[in-house]
Amino acid sequence: MLIHLVARRALGVLLLVALGAGKASAQFDFVGSWAPLATEDVQNDSVPVDYLGLALTDEARTRALSYDESQKSMIERQCAGWGAAYMVLGPFGLRVTAQTDPVTNRIVSYTIGAWEDWNEMVIWMDGRPRPSEHALHTQAGFTTGRWEGGALSGRTTHVKAGFIRKTGVPLTDNATIDWRIFRHGDILTVLMVATDPVYLVEPEVVSKNFRLSRTPLDYRAGCVTGYEGWQPGDPVPHYSPDKNPFADEFVKLYHLPREAVLGYPETLYPEYRKKIKDTYVPPPPCTESCGAAGNFVLRR
Amino acid sequence: MRALGALTAAIAMLLAALAGGPVARAQQRGGAAARSARDSAPIDLTGYWVSYVTENWRYRMVTPAKGEYRRIPSSPAALPIINAWDPAADERAGNQCKSYGAGGIMSVPGRLHITWQDADTLRIDTDAGMQTRLFHFSPGATSSARSWQGESVAAWEPAPGGGSLRVVTSNLRDGYLRKNGVPYSERATVTEHFDIAPLADEGRLLLVTTIVDDPVYLAGPYVVSPHFKKERDGSKWDPTPCSSTW
Repeated sequence: MLIHLVARRALGVLLLVALGAGKASAQFDFVGSWAPLATEDVQNDSVPVDYLGLALTDEARTRALSYDESQKSMIERQCAGWGAAYMVLGPFGLRVTAQTDPVTNRIVSYTIGAWEDWNEMVIWMDGRPRPSEHALHTQAGFTTGRWEGGALSGRTTHVKAGFIRKTGVPLTDNATIDWRIFRHGDILTVLMVATDPVYLVEPEVVSKNFRLSRTPLDYRAGCVTGYEGWQPGDPVPHYSPDKNPFADEFVKLYHLPREAVLGYPETLYPEYRKKIKDTYVPPPPCTESCGAAGNFVLRR
Repeated sequence: MRALGALTAAIAMLLAALAGGPVARAQQRGGAAARSARDSAPIDLTGYWVSYVTENWRYRMVTPAKGEYRRIPSSPAALPIINAWDPAADERAGNQCKSYGAGGIMSVPGRLHITWQDADTLRIDTDAGMQTRLFHFSPGATSSARSWQGESVAAWEPAPGGGSLRVVTSNLRDGYLRKNGVPYSERATVTEHFDIAPLADEGRLLLVTTIVDDPVYLAGPYVVSPHFKKERDGSKWDPTPCSSTW
């Protein structure tokens, strides 16, 4: 009888192990601290007008050119630049925790912790339905996730209208952001595909790499608004789009084509490179105050 | 005796459950003898793909200023080479393909044509620089001659519903990570992970996470992840020779 009982229990345990083995191989350990690798240029925020790598509608370009950085001092606009997309556009790492169901011990959600102005993002893994289209839109939006082909895939909706770049390139609250998170050894690659029916002609695709950190990254507070000198009712600082004083700064600094700096869609494809090859002249080598990597071309 | 039978049944069920895993299922689809890399591919990489340059635009679509190596962890040994970059000298020496080697080719804007050369060799042709890369899934004869594309050993990393391709390339000629002469040495190793992601309207995106390690000219790994959009056909395929200037 005892042997029979042991055999039955062994059957159960072995089946659980067998079924669990397949599931485990589809997933990776996402929890932990992931330090950013700064070997790709994904921020594009060193000058006020840098829309390189974006496929903007004319309306988006006009709105972006009207943006004045001083808007960030207005209390109702201070958090607009740090939406969900800033996870891959910002300079920070990811600190990921998991929340489990206390009864089943299954993972209910992952939370990517806040960092300075970026608010934490919760990825719901429990199959809950997406809220009504009329539900509250927030800075972080509403994100669901599932394991698919060895990657963690997710979708964010219900974002507040904000920016796809913190230099004022707009994103509507109808935007959708699809995520694919891959882990290869100690490298985590977060792929973002952002679509917006109003401001993007084609999706904005950004992939950012992180390395597993052996020491925990710092937590920071999310975006907290505060008084910075602007009173309610003050006019919104802005430029006339055709008179933005920074429109040509990046163009002149690096000899870049204006249509590329302003985010015209055709500039994202190899044909454009061939189109400009006979007219493009590289900037001269830097001769003073060049920065650590010869990055700063001397202004002439 | 019945207990022994139950234990035997448990083991049999375990084996059956394990046999139903993703690798086994992939093999079953191709038949018992079909265990080649082509037949066991967990993802389909074949077809035409075009660079979608939404990152590193200033370093990829145009040639940056001489001496600029921002974002690349170049070692002190690399700096004299960076500052001495002379594209005309490269052309004269027949080295105009230095920026099209395995360390940098996937970041060069262009198109890829991915096919199976044979059942265990995946082939990537590039129209930019007209290069050919061969990914060998089975160990074969190695060449002692270094080349721009080196020798690549590939392995699938399957997962339920998909997977990834891992490729390690070595035996390279020294080349450039960036068009303006930021170098990697012949001792560099390039590790790449090829992943697929969906796009709207049944589109697909190919993501190539690339890690370049070089004990000579890099102070740390250089990690980039260029991506490509799937194209319907090769109608935009435009072979263009290597150039050291654009």
